[in-house]
Order: sequence, then structure tokens, then C-alpha cells
Amino acid sequence: MTSHSAFERILEPSGRADPYPLFAELRKTPVARQEDGTYVVSTYREIVELLHDPRVSSDRRNRLSTDEAPDMTPSFIGLDPPEHDRLRRLAMRHFGPPHSPGMVDGLRPACLHLTTELIDGIAGKRQADLVDEVAYPLPVAMICRLLGVPEEDEPQFHAWADQIIETLGPGEEDRAERERERQAVGLKLEGYLAGLAEDRRRQPGEDMLSGFMTYRGPEGGMTPQEVVSTAVLLLIAGHETTINLIANGMLTLLRHPDQLERLRAESGLIVPAVEELLRYEPPVQLVSSRVALDDISIAGTTIPAGSPIVLALAAGSRDPAHVPDPDRFDPCRARNEHLGFGGGVHYCFGAPLARIEAQIVLAELVRRLRGPRLVADPPPYRPSPVLRGPRHLLIEYDGVDPA
Amino acid sequence: MKVVVDLTRCQGYGQCAFLAPDVFTMKEEALQYDLDPGDEQREHVLRAAAACPVQAIHLDWTATRHLVEQRMAAPRMTDGRIVIVGASLAGARAAGVLRRDGFAGSLTVIGDEPDEPYDRPPLSKQVLTGQVPPDHTRLPRLREVEAEWLWGTPATALDVAGKQVRLADGREIGFDRVLLATGTRARPWPNEAEAALEGVHTLRTVADAARLRQALAARPRRVLILGAGFTGSEIASACRELDLPVTVVERGSAPLVSALGGVIGDVAAQLHREHGVDLRCDTTVTALEGDGDGRLRGARLSDGSTVEADVAVVALGSIRNVEWLHDSGLAAGVWGVACDAGCRAVDTNGLVTDDIFVAGDIARFPHPLYQYQFMTLEHWGNAVAQAEIAAHNMVSDQAHRWPHLSVPVFWSSQFGVNIKSVGVPTFADEIVITQGSTAERRFVAVYGYQGRVTAAVAFDQGLWLEFYQGLIERAAPFPPEFRHVDRREPARPVPARVPERLVATAEATVVVTGHDPAERRASLLHTPHS
Ligand SMILES: Cc1cc2nc3c(=O)[nH]c(=O)nc-3n(C[C@H](O)[C@H](O)[C@H](O)COP(=O)(O)OP(=O)(O)OC[C@H]3O[C@@H](n4cnc5c(N)ncnc54)[C@H](O)[C@@H]3O)c2cc1C
Ligand code: SF4
Repeated sequence: MTSHSAFERILEPSGRADPYPLFAELRKTPVARQEDGTYVVSTYREIVELLHDPRVSSDRRNRLSTDEAPDMTPSFIGLDPPEHDRLRRLAMRHFGPPHSPGMVDGLRPACLHLTTELIDGIAGKRQADLVDEVAYPLPVAMICRLLGVPEEDEPQFHAWADQIIETLGPGEEDRAERERERQAVGLKLEGYLAGLAEDRRRQPGEDMLSGFMTYRGPEGGMTPQEVVSTAVLLLIAGHETTINLIANGMLTLLRHPDQLERLRAESGLIVPAVEELLRYEPPVQLVSSRVALDDISIAGTTIPAGSPIVLALAAGSRDPAHVPDPDRFDPCRARNEHLGFGGGVHYCFGAPLARIEAQIVLAELVRRLRGPRLVADPPPYRPSPVLRGPRHLLIEYDGVDPA
Repeated sequence: MKVVVDLTRCQGYGQCAFLAPDVFTMKEEALQYDLDPGDEQREHVLRAAAACPVQAIHLDWTATRHLVEQRMAAPRMTDGRIVIVGASLAGARAAGVLRRDGFAGSLTVIGDEPDEPYDRPPLSKQVLTGQVPPDHTRLPRLREVEAEWLWGTPATALDVAGKQVRLADGREIGFDRVLLATGTRARPWPNEAEAALEGVHTLRTVADAARLRQALAARPRRVLILGAGFTGSEIASACRELDLPVTVVERGSAPLVSALGGVIGDVAAQLHREHGVDLRCDTTVTALEGDGDGRLRGARLSDGSTVEADVAVVALGSIRNVEWLHDSGLAAGVWGVACDAGCRAVDTNGLVTDDIFVAGDIARFPHPLYQYQFMTLEHWGNAVAQAEIAAHNMVSDQAHRWPHLSVPVFWSSQFGVNIKSVGVPTFADEIVITQGSTAERRFVAVYGYQGRVTAAVAFDQGLWLEFYQGLIERAAPFPPEFRHVDRREPARPVPARVPERLVATAEATVVVTGHDPAERRASLLHTPHS
């Protein structure tokens, strides 16, 4: 395959290990038209502008070319206001402020407990895969627990989610086929969740799924279909991204042993460090599902109505016009305004949970692992250019300190 | 520890409320918080501040963006004597910026209030409901500003030629440059005897807020609020949150009319009534009545009716603290202190001074986006932005000065709704609802003046305002005609019903004397406030 644009090279698997030079090239044209008519936006200011531009839709049904297979029932991530706002509010009721403000903060002890168990699990060894043994099981367990998915179903769940993630991504040639695959897996997941939701309606518990099924307010509640699509969204978005945040995070720290030492010495530093990781190696690199509802003039280019828009969040967070010395990993960076969780009405729903999980697990790994080092650098990556992260992260270490 | 959120930047992402739920609380988009949380909250607050996507939470650093610092390689005045009069939001912010920018000379900040600067917006909100104690509203010391802080010492005169500020205690403080930031005070009830009745309040200072809080906590039978501007509406909202019966009397046709026009005013009126406020529009209070013991008993209204209330809050706007400048030769009057877009004060003749600067609620400045009309804005965001520009200009030479061109941003929270505006909503002839629905109380309304966009107001939709700010800055055509999300009502502009722009010449203020250019002079005539 011959490569033309920087963007196409970013999509290719060979671009996965280090896309940042390509992102730098991409930024030279802040709004770059691709051959297929997609507009890729890569500079901080322009990305933020489009994230707040009501002429940009997140609803794929607004695309001009609809050669794609019809989507699953869109979850709120694929909807525009007012439907988006209503569903997101209904979901938020059971997750955060204003109605459940202390909920996520209250998960800290449980998260620490799980983390301790997982790290204890690699204590007897000298080598471990941090993805399979820590970064994956933690967020999956957390999100399943929150939603009310029984523990024994978690592995099935992970398989489905993985399959769906790997079909995401803009512009590939085998797009239609991937879409079909995605749909097939999606249907299985939906079927499973529909059953679970029905159980919860009959016998509600404390979990979010029960809340979704039973809450009725002045605005009504969620339909069973909406419950399922919201749950699918939270499960997929809520675990794959966090796995990558943790894995990218450990990878970055292991590549910066001096910083790792600093974090070990100053435990409070983990908070800004996680923000810096979200900027420096974000789990969500691209937002690829936007479409222009009208002609949009930006940075000297007009994006015609109907055009797909890709927002290169990872490029924006390293835009030198926005951040001084952007390619330096600086865990103490002050006033870190990054695009790690996007922005605008679609700002990552699960961000607070991801932050807590990453802060706890990274702090514990840093504190407890003695002499950790990478076995393979770069590690093998997952195929998706959208949700980018290592498939495995093999490390060696001299031992594990007690919790 | 001290916390302040720049609510002009806050977009209601709620990350802070997730991560530090005991410090930050949200109702939909309306954020409230404790400015002085206990030490046990420290870790939570640090987590919240780090997580804020727009970095709106300030703990100990000034707000100006870091790139600005980098761009400021220009030559600057680093020594000499700078005096700031008015030790509140604008004054303290300017002091912090001066030090940050490398001013190493002598810095004196003069304030007539007894204590450190505090934040006023919470006074009419979480302080009244008891969510935050009055003494928890101190502003963070923006990087421990090294200055001589003179508390409790009113300035009484400014000697422009002699470059001195005179204090009430007789001292004189010399300066090379001075910043005037004395803000405004609450307009009292005009009848002094009635105003003195026990139970009659105004709200401007932390002491006022503490008194009013106490009065509300004593559960009066009914609270009467005079005026349904932002302050009056917020107080009414706090009362309803406390489940106190409240009557609001407003001269205009609806609440907020003078700031946002009649269309949005009608929405605000519904908001009041839905929350159980007894709202009387097109009505004024004609007299406050006491019982035999000098306690408020009730009020008589212009429609002949009476209201029984044991607490009344006079929320009829403000008076600018300019009396001390009357003999200074500056263009200072009821409208404020006139200055140019670089915050330099204008003298009586309309000449720009070079070492006297103005910022905050007292500044009356021309805004190029609004036909260079002089305006005063009683907004938190304006005080901060203007203080930063003024401080920068105070230590820069002519070639490196910046204009204060920020588009005004204002917020209020009442009845659980976050109201936010960009631009100048009164600078309008038409209005159109572009996004959302007024019936649901979540919408964006866009204001236009003679075919261009001049302002936008959002109810619980603050995230979008950046986009509309762009339209204002580009003088985009009104009504906006493009396809966008959440369009629900037809894009039909209606008259905005904004009040006639008040002409600030209610009193004959200037006389011009002399004939040839060398002797022609203007002078101000001050009449006492009515
Ligand atoms: C109750 C309340 C709620 C508010 N809510 C909001 C809101 O939600 N959103 C918003 O955008 N804005 C709000 N504001 C407005 C905002 O607080 C003001 O715009 C801001 O405080 C202006 O700052 P300033 O420094 O210019 O003036 P001020 O804060 O008024 O400070 C001036 C200081 O100078 C002192 N002073 C006066 N005369 C002298 C003298 N002769 N010598 C020495 N010192 C003197 C005063 O005592 C005062 O301390 C609110 C204001 C109040 C009162
Ligand atoms: S924008 Fe920042 S301050 Fe505002 S609610 Fe979100 S996290 Fe809190």
C-alpha cells in the first residue's frame, strides 16, 4: 500500500508505536482534507473550537455517504442534543453529580482493594504482562461491578468489547466489512445486556443498570433499548480506554525512570502525572465520528456540509502553540489543559472513574514494583489507531513490595 | 486552603464535583463551592483542580495563561512606586499580576474594608443558604503577593499633579503609577428612617452577607426583596431553597429585564413563579413600614397593596465609589471613572492620563465591538480581565500596551439554573432562540443589533457560548442562519425588548469654559446622589 498523507500513515499499523512525529506533520495543515473527503483537524485551538461548534454533529446518520451498514441503536455518544443531553443526564443520575455526587469518589477503597489483589498476584514472579495481569482486569471489574454485570460473565464481556474496539477507525479500505463485524458482535452484546437489564427490572439492585431500568422522572426514563445502548457504551468506552491509559502510563513511566523515581518519592505527584499522561500518551487519539451540518470555515479552510470530520486529539494535546515543550513528559506540568477526554457536550462520561483508577493503580505499581524494566520497547500494539495502546506490556522486576 | 473558581471559564464539566464532592456541588450546570475548605479536603481539592478540563480552579496562582507570560519579553518598569486603591477583586488581582510580571518596586494596596480580599459572588448564593460560612469566601492570595496592604484605611483624595493618594488618617502615599479600583457599593433605600428599620438589608460586603444570613436562618415569616436584578433574583432563589416565603417587587415588566431584555425576562419570571416566589412586576415599593419598636413590619406597594415581611433586602443596584475622586480632575462621576481601552484614566477634559489606571466595577471604558461606546460592567470576569490588562499596562511603555478587548462574560446561578452570557445583551434590537427550548429552561438565545450578533445568553447550556463568542468577535450576521444541533424553535427573531440604553447625563455634569485652545477647559459639576 502506498502512503500519501500523514493521516493515512497514522492509520497504518506501522504508525502505531510512535505516531507523534506523524501528528507533528499533520499539524502543519491544521485542517487537512483527505482524499475520501474527510477533514482531519490537528491543532489545539481548532479542535477545541469544533468540539464546541453546534454545527458539528456526532450523529452518523447525518453523513452524506451512507454506504456504511446501519449502526446499532446509537448510544448518547452517537447522538446530538437534545437526545444526547437527555440520555446523558439520565445516565449521570446514577453515576455522579448532581444526584449521586459521592459515588465515584466512594469507589476508591474498592479500587485500591482490587489493585492490591492484582499486584499481589504478580508478587511471586520476576516477569509479568501488565496489560493482561493488571491494566485489563481492574477497569473491567470496576465497570462490571458498577453496572451490575456478574463476575463470571466478565471474560465473555472482554472478548466482545475487544472485537468491537478493533473494528473502530476511520478511512480504512475494509471499512464496510469491519462495520458488519462490529454489528454482529454488537448484537450479541446487546442481547446479553437486554437479558441482564430485564433481570434488574424485576429485581433491582444498587447497580447502575437497575437505576437505568427503574428511574422515572419528570423527563421520563430510559426505554429498554436506551438502557442497552447506554450500557454497551459504558462497558466498551469504560474499560478499553482505561486499560490503555494504565498501560500507556506504565510504559511512559518505565521509559522515564527518573520521573518514576520522583513519583515513588512524592506520592501526591500521581495526580498531575495522570493528567500529563492523558496529554502525552492519550488512550483516545482520534475522535472520528463527527460530521459538518453546514459549511464551516476554520483556519482558512471551509469544511463543506456533510463532510466527515476527524479530530486528532493526540495531536492537539501536543500542539506547541498550546503547550510549551509539548514532547517532553513532565509529570509536574502546571495548568495542564489537555484533550485526553475530549471536550464539549461529549466530554468523556467516565473520566472521573478513569482518573481514580489510573491514579490508584499507577501509584501502587510505582510504589510496590522493585526495579521494574521493559522487556520489549516498543511493545506490541492493538490494531486500533483510535483507541491506541499496547496489547501486552511485558516487564521484568526484582520483586514486589508488600501492600 | 483557599479555592476560587473562575466561573467565566468553567463549562460545567463537573469533574470537580466528582472528585471533591464535599467542596464542589452542582445542580445541573450551576456550580457552587466552598472557597475555604478544611485541610482534610486538601487532597480532594488538588485532585479536582488538576482534573478541571479548562483549568478554571485557582488555588494559588493567577489565571493568566502561561503563553502570555512567554510573550512578555518586552521591556518593563521593574522598580518605582505603585499604589492600588481598592483592595478587592480587581485590586488584589492587579497586585498579583504586577509581581508575577516582575515588578520589584514598592507596592501599596489601600482598602477601606477591615480585612483581606474576599469573593462577592458567593455572598448572594451559597453563603445565604448556609452552605458556606461567610468567612469562607476569602480569595486565594494569588502567589502571596508581597505588598504593603493597608486594611481599613479609606482613601479620601487623589492629587494627580503631586502624585499622592491621601488617606482618611491624614497620611499621604506617593506613587509613580496608581490603579483606581474602588468598585461600587449597594444603593441604599432612599428614605433614611425606613432604611434604618431593623430587618432592612442591603448586600454588597461579607458583613452584609453575614447579617442577612443570620436573619434568614432565624426563619422570618416572609422576606421582601426590592428589585429583581441578578442580586435580587439570587437572594430570592436562596430564600426559596431555605423554604422561606418570599415576595419580589420589580419595577420592570419581569426579572433581569434591564440586563437581558424582556424575552429572557419572561423566562426568568416563570422560573421565579415555578419556585414559589410571589413575584410582583410593574410594581414598586412606596414605603417600608416599621412597628413601634423600629422593626420592619411590612411594605406598601405602588398598586396599593401591602406585604407583611420581617426581612427586606434592598437590591436596587449600586453606586460607584468615586466621591473621593471628585477634586482630582479626573472624569469621575455617577457613571464611573472614564478610561481608554488601555485602562488609562481620562481627565475632565477628555485627555488620557499616563500614570493613572482604572479597573473593575468603577471603570467606564470604550469597547470597540460596541461602537466604542463607553460602558461599565459590574462583572467578576471584567474586573479580573481589566485588572490584568491594567497591571500589564502600568509596567509597560506605550509601544507594549494592550487594549482591554475581552468580550464580556457574566454568570449567575439561581433556582438551580446556571445563567451565563457573553457580549452585551442590552446592545440589541432582536433576539432568537437558536438551541434548546425556553420551556425546558435549557437554551441559547442570541442577540443581534442592526444585523450582527452582539451577545448570547445560555440557561444551562454554557458549553456552547465559546462558539457564540466567536460569532460576536467576527461581527457575524444576525440572525445566524446555519444548520446546527438542537434547533427546536423556528429561527424567527423577535424584538429583544431591551431597555433604552440609559443616558448617563441625568445630571448636568460638565461645563466647558475658555475660548482659545490653550485655555479651553471642561469641568465637572457634582450633584449629590438622589
Ligand atoms: C452579592 C454579589 C454577587 C455577585 N455575583 C456575581 C456573579 O454571579 N457573577 C459576576 O460576574 N459578578 C458578580 N458580582 C459582581 C462582582 O463581584 C464584581 O464585579 C466585582 O467584585 C468587582 O470587583 P472590583 O474589585 O472592581 O470592586 P469591589 O469588589 O467592589 O472592590 C472595591 C473595593 O474598594 C474598596 N473601596 C471603596 N472605596 C474606597 C476608598 N475610598 N478607599 C479604599 N478602598 C475603597 C471597597 O470597599 C472594596 O473593597 C456580584 C457582586 C455582588 C455584590
Ligand atoms: S469546568 Fe472545571 S470548575 Fe467547572 S465544573 Fe468542570 S471541573 Fe468544575
